[in-house]
Amino acid sequence: MNIRSVLVANRGEIAVRIIRAAKALGLRTVQVYSDADASSLAVKLADEAVNIGKPAAAKSYLNVEAIIAAAKSAGVDAVHPGYGFLAENADFADAVEAAGMVFIGPGGGAIRLLGDKVRAREIAMASGVPTVPGSNGRVSTMSEAAEVLERTGFPVMIKAAAGGGGRGIRIARGPAEFERLFPQASAEAQAAFGDGGLYIEAFVANARHVEVQILGDGEDVIHCFERECSLQRRRQKVWEEARAVAIPNDLRITLCNSAVALGKRVGYRGAGTVEYLYDEARQEVYFIEVNTRIQVEHPVTEMVTGIDLVQEMIRIAGGEKLSITQADVAVTGHAIECRINAEDPARDFMPFPGQVGSLKVPEGEGIRFDTMLYEGYQIPPFYDSLLGKLIVWGKDRPAALARLREALAGLEIGGLPTTVPLHQALVNDPDVVAGHTSTTFLEHWLEIRFTQSTKASQEVA
Amino acid sequence: MSKLEIRSPLPGTFYRRPKPDAPEYKTDGDSVAPSDTIGLVEVMKTFHEVSAGVSGKAIRFLVEDSDAVMAGQAIAEVEQ
Repeated sequence: MNIRSVLVANRGEIAVRIIRAAKALGLRTVQVYSDADASSLAVKLADEAVNIGKPAAAKSYLNVEAIIAAAKSAGVDAVHPGYGFLAENADFADAVEAAGMVFIGPGGGAIRLLGDKVRAREIAMASGVPTVPGSNGRVSTMSEAAEVLERTGFPVMIKAAAGGGGRGIRIARGPAEFERLFPQASAEAQAAFGDGGLYIEAFVANARHVEVQILGDGEDVIHCFERECSLQRRRQKVWEEARAVAIPNDLRITLCNSAVALGKRVGYRGAGTVEYLYDEARQEVYFIEVNTRIQVEHPVTEMVTGIDLVQEMIRIAGGEKLSITQADVAVTGHAIECRINAEDPARDFMPFPGQVGSLKVPEGEGIRFDTMLYEGYQIPPFYDSLLGKLIVWGKDRPAALARLREALAGLEIGGLPTTVPLHQALVNDPDVVAGHTSTTFLEHWLEIRFTQSTKASQEVA
Repeated sequence: MSKLEIRSPLPGTFYRRPKPDAPEYKTDGDSVAPSDTIGLVEVMKTFHEVSAGVSGKAIRFLVEDSDAVMAGQAIAEVEQ
């Protein structure tokens, strides 16, 4: 491999995760940090650390010039972008390469291509990936929209071509609402993404979110099976599983194979995820988007396949071929990940960046906690609220749920409210245990079951 | 003449305007009522309005727009 050192252009738990993977490969690690992250775990663990600016992300973790300058001064061979921040910024990937270093990811061309949701949908269709009924490409006028709406019916989603990750989406339930929202959505997309382009897709109600992990070396592409991330709040995933909970086997195969076909079509290099909706009532899967980064929920795939995805993506970036073939990828058991956030579930998930008091982390077979926490750590308020991810493995889903109950009971983060109580309630909920969920399940559940039960317990207290 | 302090309920980044291109909620010397919004605190990528909580005839800000603030830090004072 022609990479001997790597700069981590991220923070938080994923920075720690990347440093561990790089160290396991014997690489020198350099961590960039903002003024607010000088005492972060990633800075402590890395061989070297370079300050890149003020706490605001725009002045540090999103500052391309500062990160490139840090990478040059540290003399690294490669840059790992993690997720979020600049991970799917094609210009950043290009800037890293232009500065003579390796970008650990699929490169600016593929990011640009797949990051444009309209073009990604076209590639998906050309690769035989099933797509939701909707527009073929961008829609710019109301008369173009009217033709599409005849085919889709209502409700429909108006999506920003440059959006993604749940951002820039509006739902119109009828023609009047559509006429009101369409120009609004375009103006908003222009302001948010610098691109007012829109496309239209039928809104699939009560769908499950299923996604396929792929790995490619530019020639060969393999899949590492699928994950399910149906439990979401405000379009943010809260709880993820591998494999998907309730999807017929023939559809799983279609899903995984179509993700590989898409990856091959673009000569994909690195780790990527092809996201789908699964309409359980109609037993259909539909393409949503491709994420050209390592994802937050990657550990559930690692737990069931034994593949270290972060190490694999570094090796591929270092010029190696895939170390495994499709036939080597096998699934054992079931894994579940809970996102532990610095938010108070009893107060409408109000974020609370406090100081960590005592910290007790569950240990044992089939339990993993990816985190940046340590005792006494002052959580900065400037970034997202993810503190860590509790991941468990069991020989089957009931065993994984049982282990999750134990692990949650053994996880104690003192000094601040976290989403641990939410997960404790979810892991004991009959619908969650039975796997009867969809992407709208959690918000409804919070309204009906969780909020009322926390209110009741507060009244008793 | 007594002065009351308005403290930030949360740690984060304090903003004096609802949006970068909007006018300030309040400028120095404005009168305030308890329910008046005087700014926003951005914490962990979410925005929370800060209301005055007190009434007074003139507000004076103690922090600049986009300054980092601590929970409990005085962000403005109000002349009664």
